[in-house]
Amino acid sequence: MTRSGPVGSGLELWGGAMHELSIAMSIVDAALEESRQRGVQVSAVHLRLGALSGVVKEALLFSYQMACQDTPLQGSRLIVEDVPVVVFCPQCNEPRTLPSVQSFACPECGAPTRDIRQGKELEVFALEVEEVAP
Amino acid sequence: MSEPRLVEVRRNVLKQNDIIARALRERFREAGIFVVSLVSSPGAGKTTFLEKTLTQLQPRYRVAALVGDLATENDAVRLARSKAPVKQITTGTLCHLEAAMIENALGDWDLHDLDFLFIENVGNLVCPSSYDLGESLRLVLMSVTEGEDKPLKYPTIFNSADVAIVSKIDLAEAVEFDWETARTSIQSVRPGMQVFRLSAKAGTGMEEYLDFLDQQLTQRRAVAQA
Repeated sequence: MTRSGPVGSGLELWGGAMHELSIAMSIVDAALEESRQRGVQVSAVHLRLGALSGVVKEALLFSYQMACQDTPLQGSRLIVEDVPVVVFCPQCNEPRTLPSVQSFACPECGAPTRDIRQGKELEVFALEVEEVAP
Repeated sequence: MSEPRLVEVRRNVLKQNDIIARALRERFREAGIFVVSLVSSPGAGKTTFLEKTLTQLQPRYRVAALVGDLATENDAVRLARSKAPVKQITTGTLCHLEAAMIENALGDWDLHDLDFLFIENVGNLVCPSSYDLGESLRLVLMSVTEGEDKPLKYPTIFNSADVAIVSKIDLAEAVEFDWETARTSIQSVRPGMQVFRLSAKAGTGMEEYLDFLDQQLTQRRAVAQA
């Protein structure tokens, strides 16, 4: 892939082994398909990214620009909404938002739980579009 | 030019992978085989562990393995020593296996001829966590030489796994591995996770883990028949 800018240094930041580029390409493919079907131009992609999705946001934002190159999405923006992990606490009988993915215990009462209700999202949930001039 | 507007689309980015993984899971279920995937960092001992697993299960069971590697076929060569059918999946620059690669690699294998299928992922504790491979059980391996806090550094992959294997316990003393700290780390990121401590090389702890696999297969077949 030829491109001006610090591509090499960017990839090295993530240890060379990153799947964010292939994820970014899937995002671009999904957005392009929607844009074709709807006959619109996409100016921004809104993504919901769960804390347990296994995707590093910074690497994804970087990869997105690469994945957009030479496609109708070139110049578009990727807007990421971070989705925290929500578990269900069996003690409190309530959903609870985890402050950290290193501890799957209720932040209120400390009860351990593996009942995950939210946080694995990797979802294109909206597009900012403009009609294509006829 | 009109004003930009927002349209809701709601598309799961990994939908394609999930669809293939679901189809694979159904195929495995129908064939009555138990499919185990292995994830770990490079050098945790996945290949030795798998080689011993294949060798020791074989007197009783029909086993096979798919093994992912970035560039080499060394792992497949090592695993072939177990005499089990082994196929290499060379991923090139890709740091993980995807469901479609499993589907392709299975090729013309008749799954009805198998009891267990093992899938060794690329050595990586980050990328494989996002991809469902249709497996029945995901094992995460950490060796005692990697330190007790590995689960806290890679919570997502530990959280995506069903069972943890602490490997190379024959080296525990030499590297001053503290089991209690490791146990606490694992339970913190995945409460209730079953853990096996073993040394594939020395054979310690292998029996308990193989008995566990045995039970899993029996349960799966009992459910399939019910």
